[in-house]
Amino acid sequence: MTGIVGLPYAGVEWLLERWSDLLGAVGEELGIKMLQYGFMHRAFLVGMLIAVMAPLIGTFLVHRQLALIGDALAHTAFAGVAVGLFVNSVLGTGVSPYLTAVVVGMLAALAIELISEVTDAYNDVSMAIVLSTGFALGSVLISINAGGLAVGVNQYLFGNLSTVTSQSAILLVGLFVVISLVVGITYKQLLYVTFDETAARVAGINVRWYNRIMVMLTALVVVGAMQIMGVILVAAMLVVPVAGATQLARSFREALLASVVLAELAVLMGITLSYQYNATAGGTIVLVAVGIYVVAVLLGKLQSRRATVEDPAEQAAD
Amino acid sequence: MTATQTLIELEDVTFGYTASSVLTDISLDVESGEYVGIIGPNGSGKSTLMQLMLGLHTPDSGTVRLFGQSPRAFVERERVGYVAQDVTENTKEMPITVFEVVLMGRFPHAGFGRLTEADRDHAREALRTVGIEHLADRRITKLSGGQRQRAYIARALAGEADLLVLDEPTVGVDAESVEAFFDLLDGLNDDGMTVLLVEHDIGAVLEHADRVVCLNRQLYFDGPPERFVETDALDKAYGTNIRRGEEVTLA
Repeated sequence: MTGIVGLPYAGVEWLLERWSDLLGAVGEELGIKMLQYGFMHRAFLVGMLIAVMAPLIGTFLVHRQLALIGDALAHTAFAGVAVGLFVNSVLGTGVSPYLTAVVVGMLAALAIELISEVTDAYNDVSMAIVLSTGFALGSVLISINAGGLAVGVNQYLFGNLSTVTSQSAILLVGLFVVISLVVGITYKQLLYVTFDETAARVAGINVRWYNRIMVMLTALVVVGAMQIMGVILVAAMLVVPVAGATQLARSFREALLASVVLAELAVLMGITLSYQYNATAGGTIVLVAVGIYVVAVLLGKLQSRRATVEDPAEQAAD
Repeated sequence: MTATQTLIELEDVTFGYTASSVLTDISLDVESGEYVGIIGPNGSGKSTLMQLMLGLHTPDSGTVRLFGQSPRAFVERERVGYVAQDVTENTKEMPITVFEVVLMGRFPHAGFGRLTEADRDHAREALRTVGIEHLADRRITKLSGGQRQRAYIARALAGEADLLVLDEPTVGVDAESVEAFFDLLDGLNDDGMTVLLVEHDIGAVLEHADRVVCLNRQLYFDGPPERFVETDALDKAYGTNIRRGEEVTLA
């Protein structure tokens, strides 16, 4: 890494080392063995960043009724991984499969958006087609290129905590900064487009561009989260915490915040449990997230029951 | 009141989603301070006409001007407040409070900048004007149809719009609330707001608007309600049963 990116890269690298020192010291002090491994420090960091990014984007997606788009993009990202592995083995290059996954994922994101603009509707069918195409392409490329390749594919399908390198952790920090900035700056526009597309157009917001930005960011998050969650489960982080937060929150801001909190809980508990029981991290995180979602639904029901009990009195006072 | 200004100008506008035209040769102007009710049977193109005025569609021929500019190039977006059709059905099960919805009216003012306390004051003021300030922290989905309509009007008011465009706002709203809703519009119009209302309820338009535009793919009437009832425009526009794609035949 040289030039313009060299300085921030070194800065993040330094921060990553401090983070590692901190967790290591805490682990030492409290006698938590899990916290004494470098790969676990990176896993926790990456997991916590994903738990902010995924619900941040997911909240807008879910309320645009685009919950499935994460799945579609994850499967095309898998095709991207396969393309990367294929190119590497044929040409003998050393391109990171995550890089090709980002490129293919972004292209697929734009394709979904363009298809829906041309055919005038978001529909499950077009997303299902993109999803299956991605997975089919990935599996074909991998089978052509069989042998040692099939073994390497597992970590992309199911994710792997121990393969999170310092480099990919630093990339994720960069991704985190980009996504937080974009959502922070365009929050109002994204909210308007999500809530009322026609009124947003009347208000002069370029709806198409914000839709495109949204799907591109989704592709980035999906690829970023893929290394821990795996292709098959990555979309859950976009949807499940958001669904839980929707049950509890009243305002949109509350919903955003709550979805991040729920996702953080799921990630921290999930990674810990997966370490304890030697289970796959992605699956454990999703199961914990679903458990949290069920609790949120129950709490939400309780809340609304209490609200309806209060209501008659309030109406009488009006 | 200040000198009147032409807010909307349509000149020989023809538009169709497909090869056949939904609207043919429509010309009309809307001046500031007017209360215009657009009526016509289902499929007559009245909502389309409104969307053309707002620049959501581009006419096949003819010109549209909004505040003297092409709607596509129009930048003072905050001057137009829009209330969509059938908000009862269309409002999503989204966690968002009434206050957050009303605050959206300030978004065109703020651009990419942060909302200020002044923006929030505008939103609170707008909620007071439409009489639902006590519902500010409720989820919008918990409101009745009539209350929701008021929230959307408040959004337009918060944006300091001087043109209020409503597309069949009373669909799915109970009769009592509809009455109060039209009273609210009357009051806003008295205070200088230009109101452009697309409405299926002819009686309500005749009672409240001071100008009636009756159309069915082409313009049948444009003038005061008193004169409208004396003409046969209503029969002409509604009388013939027109299917999509067929030419309008006059009796």
